[in-house]
Amino acid sequence: MHFRHILHALGRHRIAVGLLVLEIAFSCAVVCNALFLIGARLERMQRPTGVDEAHLVEVGVRSVMRGSPEAVMAQTRTDLAALRALPGVSDTAIVNQTLFGHSMSFSGVRLRDDTKAPSIPVTQYLGSESLGRTLGLKLSAGRWFKPDEFVSDAKLENGSSGVPVIISRALADHLFPGRSAVGQTIYAFGANRVVGVVKRLVQPLDYGPPGNYGYAMMFPVDMPYPNGTYLLRVKDTAQRQAIIGEALHALKTDGPLRLVSSKYATTLEAARDKYYRNDRAMAWLLVGVCLLLLVVTAVGIVGLTSFWVAQRRRQIGIRRAIGATRADILAYFHVENFLIATGGIVLGMGLTYGLNLLLMLHYELGRLPLYYLPVGAVALWLLGQLAVLGPALRASNVPPVVATRSA
Amino acid sequence: MFGYYLDLALRSLKRNKVLTALMVLAIALGIGASMTTLTVLHVLSGDPLPGRSSKLYYPQIDPRDLSGQMSGKEPPEQLTLIDGLNLLHAKRADRQALMTGGSVPIQPDDTAIDPFYVRARYTTADFFPMFGVKFLYGRGWDATDDHAKAHDVVITRSLDQRLFGGADSVGRTLRMADTVFRIIGVIGDWHPEPHFYDLNTGSYGGAEQVFVPLQTALDLHLKHEGSSDCWGNGTGGVGRIYPAAQCVWLQFWVQLDTPARATAYKRFLVNYSEQQKAQGRFMKAPNVRLRNVMQWLAYQMVVPDDVRLQAGLAFGFLLVCLVNTVGLMLAKFMRRAGELGVRRALGASRRSLFLQLLVESGLIGLVGGIGGLLLALMGLWLIRHRPSDYAALARLDPAMLLITFALALGASLLAGLLPAWRACQVAPALQLKSN
Repeated sequence: MHFRHILHALGRHRIAVGLLVLEIAFSCAVVCNALFLIGARLERMQRPTGVDEAHLVEVGVRSVMRGSPEAVMAQTRTDLAALRALPGVSDTAIVNQTLFGHSMSFSGVRLRDDTKAPSIPVTQYLGSESLGRTLGLKLSAGRWFKPDEFVSDAKLENGSSGVPVIISRALADHLFPGRSAVGQTIYAFGANRVVGVVKRLVQPLDYGPPGNYGYAMMFPVDMPYPNGTYLLRVKDTAQRQAIIGEALHALKTDGPLRLVSSKYATTLEAARDKYYRNDRAMAWLLVGVCLLLLVVTAVGIVGLTSFWVAQRRRQIGIRRAIGATRADILAYFHVENFLIATGGIVLGMGLTYGLNLLLMLHYELGRLPLYYLPVGAVALWLLGQLAVLGPALRASNVPPVVATRSA
Repeated sequence: MFGYYLDLALRSLKRNKVLTALMVLAIALGIGASMTTLTVLHVLSGDPLPGRSSKLYYPQIDPRDLSGQMSGKEPPEQLTLIDGLNLLHAKRADRQALMTGGSVPIQPDDTAIDPFYVRARYTTADFFPMFGVKFLYGRGWDATDDHAKAHDVVITRSLDQRLFGGADSVGRTLRMADTVFRIIGVIGDWHPEPHFYDLNTGSYGGAEQVFVPLQTALDLHLKHEGSSDCWGNGTGGVGRIYPAAQCVWLQFWVQLDTPARATAYKRFLVNYSEQQKAQGRFMKAPNVRLRNVMQWLAYQMVVPDDVRLQAGLAFGFLLVCLVNTVGLMLAKFMRRAGELGVRRALGASRRSLFLQLLVESGLIGLVGGIGGLLLALMGLWLIRHRPSDYAALARLDPAMLLITFALALGASLLAGLLPAWRACQVAPALQLKSN
């Protein structure tokens, strides 16, 4: 193919060619970055929690009157027993915060008993003995809490009781790199000895840098029901909704005047779905914009190429008359578009990179992995070749006789 | 002359319907996408209290010790109860209110209705006049009620509707958290967005339905909701009713009518910090801020990242659409070189040809603008039906409508400039000869 001739011909349409190059470059930059953003969203949505989400149901109960702490705790134990007795429920627990819930609580964790020591905020799960079992957490070192280690929330707050703690593997590796965390002491509520490490447990909601998502700790606390949420582990996932209904009924028929409502009850899967709905919507929006952008770019290519074909009818006729085949004409336009697209892609790579830097500056976003660039390039080349096919076919159908007519 | 150009433009546009449709579509898509996102951005970064917000300030002081998890140069975003009450009682501003968020169980008299929780605001009296709260019935409470820990409550129209069918409920009683309150006011249409005075309970759509005097709420141990940040050995709520003394969890707003008053108030905050440090309560050198409403919202970056990202993306999209339109217009105008050559030969000046072509691109912009407006309305409708807390706010206002058309027209005229100029460069003789 005579690249030189094609390049020469392109030189005569500098403005139009420049516009196409620009359009392809902008598309390349936006599409590559949008794809990267989509990837980041999907990755975010698929982060594991370490919890057996499929089998979990949560039921919150809110109090109307403030009872004595003893009465409230007694009621909590009665509730837990009643929920545990429901058919289809294999375990129940109460916890201060739920995954994908509305709130979360944190404490600063230090490695020395000195308020001036550096601390990191770590989320805390306070809950009953069965919590680890109900959540389906996997112990990776050490042990679970013993029944005699459980304290009231007021006592935990007091800080002097030396309550033990179980931490997540990610936190253990961060605090005690290269050594066993079990047996070490951290300072959160006074001095807390690490007795166990769970494989994975995460923050209920995103907070702080993404790397901190896997930092969590558990304390053995008897939570009163107004400050917690009941968790039910169900045997059969198909029974989840039915069990929510039964649990609400069981809680309603017992205890003082309080709020038992389906508003505060959900499966963990539904809670996860709700938590990530904005990310999902954003990902779809980005997909839509990418598609539209590619369509618009294709339209631009079709439009300008059609114009060139119309403009060059006579030249095409002459080339056909002096021996060029249809395939030659077709190839000419395809090569021409390939050259333009290449120009656009080269410029686009630079723009993509620049846009990525801009996004990194304003959002918590990593560097665009390099493999996005060749993917984007191939996509735009293909798009160009497809878009140009129609006008090029029309050009190849120009009969040689055109050459003999005066335009 | 304009009429003639319009006629020429219409004829020309009709001649190549596909190309025209593509150009209109490209402009409409670009404008539609940018207007949708721009409108959302506009309503989300709007002024919650127009006309009032520039006189309302949010004082920040720094009571922290020298260590702890809350690091950074900025003072905390809220106040401790002690500092809040000190600043409130100092009365150095034209108006001042100390407040925090909460939620309370409402127990309707009608036992057939189950108790339900609503969002509450515990605040001092100046809240209502300072924020320009509009009452449907009754009024707010005053400073004496604050002191007396009166069991007064102000409710919103929506709660009034739910409990009393929208009747004037002033003077009636309301049972909340097992305590009897007297309703003294019903708030009409007053929903500042963003929820600037307390962003911890959500930036948008977070309106309370019940307002209770702060001291009354603290006295009755009504449930606190919102954020609390602590340092030292303070804890925010595990096993206790309210956060400890080393925790910030209240918002304090002041009204300062003149810039001079604001300067004086800032000096007062510095003096207060120094005095507290001398007493040993504060550890750090005075570190104060005094931001007005819009500065506070900007500092808190209330507009969600996603919304800004969407707006950026939409403008990137508009840019591609524009480049695309420039290309198509260039093709279209150049194709008519012959016709333009004839007009030139017959005596039309370059200027008039240029104007004629611009009228044509303006026409495309106008039609594209209408299309873009329809797309934007559709986009906003879609956003309103999405489950985000700002969904209900996404509506087009007249200003945005005008901007839509200005943007469409401006964009298409801009897109028409280069092709029109190029087309005018044709030498009439050459065109006549080759045809």
